[in-house]
Amino acid sequence: MLLEVRDLHVEFHTRDGVAKAVNGVNYSVAEGETLAVLGESGSGKSVTAQAIMGILDTPPGRISGGEILFKDRDLLKLGADERRTVRGREMAMIFQDALSSLNPVLSVGDQLGEMFVVHRGMSRKDARAKAVELMDRVRIPAARERVGDFPHQFSGGMRQRIMIAMAMALEPSLIIADEPTTALDVTVQAQVMDLLAELQRELDMGLILITHDLGVVADVADKIAVMYAGRIVETSPVHAIYEAPAHPYTKGLLRSIPRLDQKGQELYAIKGLPPNLLHIPPGCAFHPRCPQAREVCRTDVPPLYTVDAERRSACHFWKETLDER
Amino acid sequence: MGRYVIRRLLQMIPVFFGTTLLIFLMVNVMGDPVAGLCGDRQCDPATAARLRAEFGLDKPVWQQYLTYMGNVFTGNFGTAFNGQKVTELMATAFPITIRLTVVAIVFEIVIGISLGVVTGLQRGRPVDTGVLVLTLVVISVPTFVTGLLLQLLLGVKWGVISPSVSSEAPLDELILPGLVLASVSLAYVTRLTRTSIAENTRADYVRTAVAKGLPRRRVVVRHLLRNSLIPVITFIGTDVGALMGGAIVTERIFNIHGVGYQLYQGILRQNTQTVVGFVTVLVLVFLAANLIVDLLYAVLDPRIRYA
Repeated sequence: MLLEVRDLHVEFHTRDGVAKAVNGVNYSVAEGETLAVLGESGSGKSVTAQAIMGILDTPPGRISGGEILFKDRDLLKLGADERRTVRGREMAMIFQDALSSLNPVLSVGDQLGEMFVVHRGMSRKDARAKAVELMDRVRIPAARERVGDFPHQFSGGMRQRIMIAMAMALEPSLIIADEPTTALDVTVQAQVMDLLAELQRELDMGLILITHDLGVVADVADKIAVMYAGRIVETSPVHAIYEAPAHPYTKGLLRSIPRLDQKGQELYAIKGLPPNLLHIPPGCAFHPRCPQAREVCRTDVPPLYTVDAERRSACHFWKETLDER
Repeated sequence: MGRYVIRRLLQMIPVFFGTTLLIFLMVNVMGDPVAGLCGDRQCDPATAARLRAEFGLDKPVWQQYLTYMGNVFTGNFGTAFNGQKVTELMATAFPITIRLTVVAIVFEIVIGISLGVVTGLQRGRPVDTGVLVLTLVVISVPTFVTGLLLQLLLGVKWGVISPSVSSEAPLDELILPGLVLASVSLAYVTRLTRTSIAENTRADYVRTAVAKGLPRRRVVVRHLLRNSLIPVITFIGTDVGALMGGAIVTERIFNIHGVGYQLYQGILRQNTQTVVGFVTVLVLVFLAANLIVDLLYAVLDPRIRYA
């Protein structure tokens, strides 16, 4: 296994108390595999990713428990310097908003080339040539002429391609893409997603795709992990989950996708709001919003039940959920 | 860019005439310049009238202004009452003040930015709070207090430096005066850098730089600092003009015969030609500094383009 996150806990110390952002997350990614991590904002999907990358703001953040095994090493036990050499070289991250995530005062060529200068000790000139090569690879037209341009001179889609190129630069074995297409036009989203998937296949990388867009997931992911209030509530191969979700939350998410045959009807929405991370409800964190909640949900935290060889669900009543459709 | 520069230069013309006219009028309101010439005694009316005619003071103010401006454009800034040409005064005074300003700017850059970066990266820690309080003290205490105090302590009591600067004003004697002159701006530079650094540390592109596996030094210097210094550099740029004209107090304290000293003497003796001449040059310096800062802004931040 390329990456295995085991029982990860992350908390943020704020003035109002301790916000438990991640509460025992487990997931794994193999070489060449795409894991989609799904969930509302505040569900802990991005925080988990930042903990894996080692770019969590500490303080206020703190990893309070768990292991992050990457190529059989626990990343949390590495020193700061060792950890840094893993970043960029062996795992890389693509952020949501390429405009703010790229440095506004450095040319894209400088920012791409920097990877080779720092990690490979290349000369600036060679790094520049590499930058052009990378831009060609992510199909930016006229790469040679545009290598000296600044981020704001590119369109949104092109900027995100540059982010992808930067992540790919040193051919890492794991890429974490945090909502890579959310900030883009719908027409461009598919192109960028296709490019990402294509490069992933070529380089046989593991990919963690963080998203709340179920449409994107169906096309590219191999398996899905659904997060709620800092926990995994369901993991499953991608197709099984669309056919029959085993958790009421996943079911709610699926029902809230607008469909063509639904025209004129009211769009379904999960009742209530995501929980306050300072006061996560006892028992199953989803119970206040769950249409199926019973007494036991208010008191007992559901473990991850085994649905079948590849599926897990953290619902006391996963069987009913599965059968009910 | 070229068109922008031309437009800016054209805009300077009304500003230039407006400020000089204002100064000219103010100096005229100050009182009768001839009266001051004869010291405490009343001037002999015949001599006074002769002097007035010689310097053109018997003509209306607007006419005086026009004559004066006409002369300025041929490089003639007039003659002080003691017979010295104002241009000669400038030739000795400006190099000294420029040297003093350079010393002050170096202090602002080296100390101000360093302290700003350190405190900005250590927000809320004791270093940060300590420096913040210190800058507040420096900003609150007037320059003449800081200047006189340091002069007394370092110059007179401990004899580390000479309390008065010699007439050639060599660089090493200007270190303390430069620090005094820079002090308030230095405190502002520190605070500005601190805020800017603190704000940018949370920026997305800094997170990206960290995620790229860059060493911390490189993240701070190449990514964080480049962006954070844009407002600081513009501040320092505009401060050049302010420091050159604002050195009056510092130059008085340390007896430096620079622009501030000449201006002070000029005002004291109601020496119209000297005062207006020096201020005119300072206005030009100020305008030039502002233009350079605006152009520098475009160089530092590629997102800004002037059309």
